[in-house]
Amino acid sequence: MYKAKKLGGKGINFGIIAAFATFAAFPFYWMLITTFKETLDLLNTGNNPFIYNLPPTLEHLEMLFFDTLYGKWLFNTAFVGVFVVLITLVLAIPAGYSLARLTGRLGEQLGIGIFLTYLVPPTILFIPLSRVIAELGLQDSLWSLVLVYPSFTVPFCTWLLMGFFRVIPQDIEEAGMIDGLSRMGAFVKIVMPMSIAGILTVVIFTFTLVMQEFVYALTFITAAQRFTVSVGVPTFLVRGDVYFWGSMMAACFIASVPIAILYNFFVDRFIAGFTVGAVKG
Amino acid sequence: MIAPAVVYIIALVGVPFFLAIYYSLSDVTVGSVGMKFIGFDNFRYIVGDPTFLRSLKNTFIFAFVSNLLVVVLAKILALALYRDFRGKWIVRFLILLPWVAPISLGSIGWLWILDSIYSVINWSLRALHLVGPNTWPIWLGDPQLAMISIITVHTWRLLPLATIIILAGLTSIPQDIYEAAAVDGAGFFRQLFQITLPLVLPIMLVAVLFGVVFAFTDMIVIYVLTRGGPYDMTQVLASYAFFTGIDGGALGTGSAIALFLFPVLAASAILLLRVARRAEVG
Repeated sequence: MYKAKKLGGKGINFGIIAAFATFAAFPFYWMLITTFKETLDLLNTGNNPFIYNLPPTLEHLEMLFFDTLYGKWLFNTAFVGVFVVLITLVLAIPAGYSLARLTGRLGEQLGIGIFLTYLVPPTILFIPLSRVIAELGLQDSLWSLVLVYPSFTVPFCTWLLMGFFRVIPQDIEEAGMIDGLSRMGAFVKIVMPMSIAGILTVVIFTFTLVMQEFVYALTFITAAQRFTVSVGVPTFLVRGDVYFWGSMMAACFIASVPIAILYNFFVDRFIAGFTVGAVKG
Repeated sequence: MIAPAVVYIIALVGVPFFLAIYYSLSDVTVGSVGMKFIGFDNFRYIVGDPTFLRSLKNTFIFAFVSNLLVVVLAKILALALYRDFRGKWIVRFLILLPWVAPISLGSIGWLWILDSIYSVINWSLRALHLVGPNTWPIWLGDPQLAMISIITVHTWRLLPLATIIILAGLTSIPQDIYEAAAVDGAGFFRQLFQITLPLVLPIMLVAVLFGVVFAFTDMIVIYVLTRGGPYDMTQVLASYAFFTGIDGGALGTGSAIALFLFPVLAASAILLLRVARRAEVG
């Protein structure tokens, strides 16, 4: 394709990509730079902000981990994440499997119905849910998040898993059933091992969603002790007149980049899910 | 086997959704025990509230301007990324960062970049003599600049998803079409406008719909950057619903505000279904 490709075209291409990559990654680069800067260096407007005018320091990291609740927030996020992943798997695997095998109109409509709930945003539901959570006596408890988060992880993960189960030929299960396995046994012993990639995708995806969620956590949780990372950093570390920029940037960088690396391996799967089959292959 | 998932979703999405409608017609507050049905009083009240009207307008401005930018930029970027080159995966990783990182944390990065005293943008502008020695834009303190900042961050955030979706669409176009066109003498622009764009259009629509839904219903960027300020000038429906319903305790009024998000969501969902259906037929 595009036969008329000369060196100039390549240069423009490279320029475009470099400009966009800079735009996308600059805030994260800036977090990294800020993390190791002396406060005096940060707060001197005469200094060139792009370089280290004073030697790099670890004081912000020390403060973040020893003087703030950051470690606790990371733990809380992981705690909620583990339970949400479990609930999501328990609900989405059977649902995705039955949708994959349920051919005909009913299956299709159920599938689309489930996918559409993913479009209902927390910002419509958080007010009534806050009251429901209060009635259940779960306000200000991490369990409220464990309860509510599957409402958006299950729909999307069901949809993703449906795609995975569909490509497994039904003959294989049937062969297993002829050999004496029950339907359940065939599913657990034959289909599940073949869908490990799909299940792993769902685990990563659910975990990312839990880390990103903000609105519910902000609404249901009030004690700083029980925040998740995404809410703790912007609400608690920003509070007051003093901004601890070094620690804040460290907090953002540490919570963002590892999950991004993990996500990068699975991104094609998510796109296939997002485009509702509008993109094939 | 699908029943447990369906029950769970109905209990935590369907029921709250109808509760939201019911609340919007009542005078429920955070501490109240009972609630009284008050008809459309909440809606009457918010329609007369200038902050609500500004929120409504802002929501549309943010969603549409940022998505317009996203579509154009994502198309350019996707075309540039289409070709194979060395180090593609690292470029893709960098470009995906804004989408993958928790947006509340990404927004804090911007909060620092746009800081009123220590903004690196201002420092660079001054160092390059692009602004005079007496100008120092307060990005988040001036209503106009705050709007621009928020749109920039939304664009930054939504660009990766749209780019990757469009890229997936580009990759799915069969190569022989281009070869045939090249044989027939079609140049770059002819190929772009007569093959690439028409074939990618349905997928671009998917990207736009998701972009609109995310930008339209988001309150995180606003909450972190401006909290709706200065003077509620950058408030959007979602953030105003939060400040009214949760911070202010007026659950009924807050629900009524949030429900204004629904028509746009419903329209997006219907459009998305049509795209999906057409893809299945084709």
